[in-house]
Amino acid sequence: MSEAYFRVESGALGPEENFLSLDDILMSHEKLPVRTEIPIPRLGAFFQERSGGAETDHAIPQGSKLELPLWLAKGLFDNKRRMLSVELPKIYQEGWRTVFSADANVVDLHKMGPHFYGFGSQLLHFDSPENTDISQSLLQTFIGRFRRIMDSSQNAYNEDTSALVARLDEMERGLFQTGQKGLNDFQCWERGQASQITASSLVQNYKKRKFTDMEN
Amino acid sequence: MFCEKAMELIRELHRAPEGQLPAFNEDGLRQVLEEMKALYEQNQSDVNEAKSAGRGDLIPTIKFRHCSLLRNRRCTVAYLYDRLLRIRALRWEYGSVLPNALRFHMSAEEVEWFNHYKKSLATYMRSLGGDEGLDITQDMKPPKSLYIEHFLPRWKCEQLIRQGVLEHVLP
Repeated sequence: MSEAYFRVESGALGPEENFLSLDDILMSHEKLPVRTEIPIPRLGAFFQERSGGAETDHAIPQGSKLELPLWLAKGLFDNKRRMLSVELPKIYQEGWRTVFSADANVVDLHKMGPHFYGFGSQLLHFDSPENTDISQSLLQTFIGRFRRIMDSSQNAYNEDTSALVARLDEMERGLFQTGQKGLNDFQCWERGQASQITASSLVQNYKKRKFTDMEN
Repeated sequence: MFCEKAMELIRELHRAPEGQLPAFNEDGLRQVLEEMKALYEQNQSDVNEAKSAGRGDLIPTIKFRHCSLLRNRRCTVAYLYDRLLRIRALRWEYGSVLPNALRFHMSAEEVEWFNHYKKSLATYMRSLGGDEGLDITQDMKPPKSLYIEHFLPRWKCEQLIRQGVLEHVLP
């Protein structure tokens, strides 16, 4: 990892996404189920099976059930629900919330997301009556899983960690990675290598690539 | 759906292992800007129609396109900004002369930005530490002593080690 590259971090767990964060842009690309409350003319081409013909001005009909990316749902939503009403994706509904409260560790949050916490936090913008339960569920799920993530990140030294991170969502993976960095830095210090100047990892990566370019 | 090309740009950058700079996607960027132009013109037209022909029902459509415009803008700005963060890191990791392979990955404007950044940094470093200035891109790791085996003074070696030319062998 480049030591001098400081990317813009995600703000999704807070009140608003960070405009410049690549992670947040990717997160807000994920879809959620919505219902149109009025017809939307001239955009029927995007949802051809539902689209009205020329007589409706090629509209997406009122009452259509669609899957829209979060960024679009956020933009079109208002608290009077004039244009759109939003449904909760299954994993944030009561059924799954019960599963999480039973045992948060068994669930594959990567498959369910992969931005389970970020997306769930931003969902709160849609004023669902279940908001309190959703936020509680997000918090308790994280608390339930955190211990294992921390332990495994601190004990996996110099090994293949793909099995450990497979079922973690993106935020948890970031946490795991941070833990690993701490572990590696500590090991390096213990070996007395903390003061050893090394070729920048960026440089090393470019060199490796150049070598394989030559081989081709 | 709109903004697919913009997402491609974002994914391309996100995929690059942290810090690495992929080639500047001039073509992709151009396509995003073209989509923005088309969205804007369609909206201009529909706004006029809404006002003059009483087509208030077009307002949701206009809103939809407007959200897409904002999304394209966000993706474009984030793409360009993240690249600058990577390019800035290059100054600290490679030094002030970049290998050609890297420079070919940058747009003309990015090269210009890098040169400006280099200059600002140099001016700042000169202003520190009295007459000679202070090279703050050295001593990135706390030193144990001032000398390295083969008695090359540490300050001469650091840049070369970071650039992969020399290797630091600890006693």
